[in-house]
Amino acid sequence: MKKALKIVVLAKQVPDTRNVGKDAMTAEGTVNRAALPAIFNPEDLNALELALRLKDECEGSTVHILTMGPFRAADIIRDAMYRGADGGYLLTDRKFAGSDTLATSYALSCALRQIGADVIVAGRQAIDGDTAQVGPQVAEKLGLPQVTYAEEVLQIEESALIIRRRLEHGVEVVKTPLPAVITVNNSAAAIRPQNARLVMKYKYAMIPSEIAAAPESLSAKMCGERDYLRIVEMSVADIECDEAQLGLTGSPTKVKKIENVVFQAKEAKRLSSEDSDINDLMVELISSHTLG
Amino acid sequence: MANFFSDNKDLQFHLEHPLMRKIVELKERQFADKEQYADAPQNFEDAMDSFRRVMSITGEVCGDVIAPNAEGVDKEGPRVVNDHVEYASGTVENMKAVVDAGLSGLTLPRRFGGLNFPLICFVMANEMVARADAGFENIWGLQDCAETINEFATEEQKMKYLSRVCEGDTCAMALTEPDAGSDLGAVMLKATWSEERQTWLLNGVKRFITNGDGDISLVLARTEEGTTDARGLSMLIYDKRSGGVKVRRIENKLGIKGSPTCELVFTDAPAELVGDRRMGLIKYVMSLMNAARLGIGAQSVGLCEAAYREALKYAHEREQYGKAIISFPALSEMLSVMRAKLHGARALLYETSRFVEIYKQYGHISHERTLEAEERQEMKFYNRLADAFTPLTKLFSSEYANQLAYDAIQVHGGSGFMKDYPCERLYRDARIMNIYEGTSQLQVVAAINGVTKGTFMEQILRYEAAEYSEAMQPIVEQMKALRERVERMIEHVEAINKEFPQFKDFHARRLVESVGHIIITLLLAQQASQAEEYQSDAKIFAKLAHSAITSAECMVLSSTGEDVALWSEVQQQY
Repeated sequence: MKKALKIVVLAKQVPDTRNVGKDAMTAEGTVNRAALPAIFNPEDLNALELALRLKDECEGSTVHILTMGPFRAADIIRDAMYRGADGGYLLTDRKFAGSDTLATSYALSCALRQIGADVIVAGRQAIDGDTAQVGPQVAEKLGLPQVTYAEEVLQIEESALIIRRRLEHGVEVVKTPLPAVITVNNSAAAIRPQNARLVMKYKYAMIPSEIAAAPESLSAKMCGERDYLRIVEMSVADIECDEAQLGLTGSPTKVKKIENVVFQAKEAKRLSSEDSDINDLMVELISSHTLG
Repeated sequence: MANFFSDNKDLQFHLEHPLMRKIVELKERQFADKEQYADAPQNFEDAMDSFRRVMSITGEVCGDVIAPNAEGVDKEGPRVVNDHVEYASGTVENMKAVVDAGLSGLTLPRRFGGLNFPLICFVMANEMVARADAGFENIWGLQDCAETINEFATEEQKMKYLSRVCEGDTCAMALTEPDAGSDLGAVMLKATWSEERQTWLLNGVKRFITNGDGDISLVLARTEEGTTDARGLSMLIYDKRSGGVKVRRIENKLGIKGSPTCELVFTDAPAELVGDRRMGLIKYVMSLMNAARLGIGAQSVGLCEAAYREALKYAHEREQYGKAIISFPALSEMLSVMRAKLHGARALLYETSRFVEIYKQYGHISHERTLEAEERQEMKFYNRLADAFTPLTKLFSSEYANQLAYDAIQVHGGSGFMKDYPCERLYRDARIMNIYEGTSQLQVVAAINGVTKGTFMEQILRYEAAEYSEAMQPIVEQMKALRERVERMIEHVEAINKEFPQFKDFHARRLVESVGHIIITLLLAQQASQAEEYQSDAKIFAKLAHSAITSAECMVLSSTGEDVALWSEVQQQY
């Protein structure tokens, strides 16, 4: 029998940038969130499916969502529960606002230390930022091995996973000890549909702030009676962290300006991982003012 | 990213019908399950919210998984490997998706793992699945066999089989044989009791069995040796896990190619009796058939939806003489009529589903407690309507599926004749719908009593007495006038039939279709009174009704008793 795993999926609620209409941007050049529906970041759904398959394979496993965002981000936790997740944690606090990837991964890693996990799974990247940084940064901060571009878990061993990675020119099979962080590509298995029975079981699940906002609702009553409907809400006070590393103050990324970039280059340039190649690239980028 | 529920306002309209409150009350028995089951509703609004959510999940699976697989499934089809069926790869994916989505055992009680949803939702789900792939609807929709088990089997049998259906096991109804098609009383498959094995053993051949290699089969077999008619037939459950049935071949069909149509050889296949011996055809198959006919009604309406959408899309996109072809009157008329028939068939389908639902629920309640006098009366009332409306629905919707599929190709012109567009598949798939589960001719036989015994007319009078918007008043008046003309047609036929006994059979279809046209028009007029978008459908359908009834009237009133002989001469002619 395979060992039960405690699995946490890092997920993000994002504006749906796949169907951008003319009112997607405000006059000030920021994203008009009202015009774009908030959705479950697509690759995080691939991550969730990979996690649910691990759960299917290893009896007794649990899958929880960890997301950082406003109250309404609880929607993606409920969505995950409709597909087979056991519950979730919403990391929400004004002090998290304005976080770049560094501050986000710091906050998430602090929360993960609290929650504990055998396997942490995340989508490769979110469609609003396309950085692909948060997953790897979380691994670094927790000192865990990471498997990026994961496509499928091929084998589950006592305390290790064998995973196929989808790379630019082929696939690679790697073995990682647990605990580990896995980031998942959109070439991985698509998410399973919502399940009718789970939707009916979990549709009244809420975070405490939602319950407080509608104390007379059926949802609030149900959450009072049924423990499994309560989604965990965590604020800065609930995690052990250095507040200076959170939110805007913890975010070294500064947006200078936003431009519409059309790629001109026809061919990609390939570099080796030799120091000399990287040095040449740095010199080139600095001289072209791309960096610095 | 398609959703066959959220993109269909007409379906959503039917889910919100006022009778749903009564239906949910009957189905939920004062919401008795709410403490015991995490997924049981707390109240009516909660239940409706769940229906909408689950219909939306179904719509998404249909739009994102089943519909995109339809073409591949049609090409690949199932095959026989080692005496058993292997589905096409797309069918396997479809099955996984519907099971993952928890759509198995949709109407079954929670104690077996079902969702305890109303029949309306099952009909809707069937319709959406059929719009995506009519062939797959056959496999998935056969879970309604479980309703017959739920109605007539023992609690032990229900526990054993229904819980498996709720986990995704598929079903089949093995009725037809090489020499017993429409005439099921001639079934010869033999069931003999084995003292040694303490079970019934089946021996013989079944033919044209949809999903014949399904996990759980309801088999009509002859348990009474020496009998030759319906009174010697019983209903048995065959469990595929027991073994003893081989798939000899699957048919190479015109359409619904993804649905395996099997010839089965039973060799000492063990089976359990359902209910009482000798009641197989008389009682249980009749119930099974009525459910299956409603299922084909749903399948047909789903196909109408698909055909209309394909035609409408092409008519907007295709340009000739510098403009979209939909702007030509000949095309816009064709599409308007398609739309009116689609919405008309759907109105009739859900009206029928509500009748069936209410009477079936009273039946279930009557197993738990004695019904009050008022309830018994109501059960009888809806039972009578359900029996008359079910064949009417099957007749109209399956004929419309064929008409709309035909018209969809016509709208596409030469391109529609090629394999490049889905309309050619729809055309092939539709062709079986007015044949199986009773041909249109047999639906007329089942419905004609409703015409001559007054069931339809009484209901039409009730519809006439309902409230309509001002805009619909002229339509209602027109229907009253037509109803009076149809009454005269019926009188004429009854009078001549006394002397020429085949006269009623001869005109039966004309009479059934005439009342059907009035019923559908009035249903659409009711909808138009609530929602303006149905006004054109109601007005257009009223015109169809007027011309159809005028044509039928011309034929009926001008014919004499001698005409029956004229039309039978063909028996001796070359």
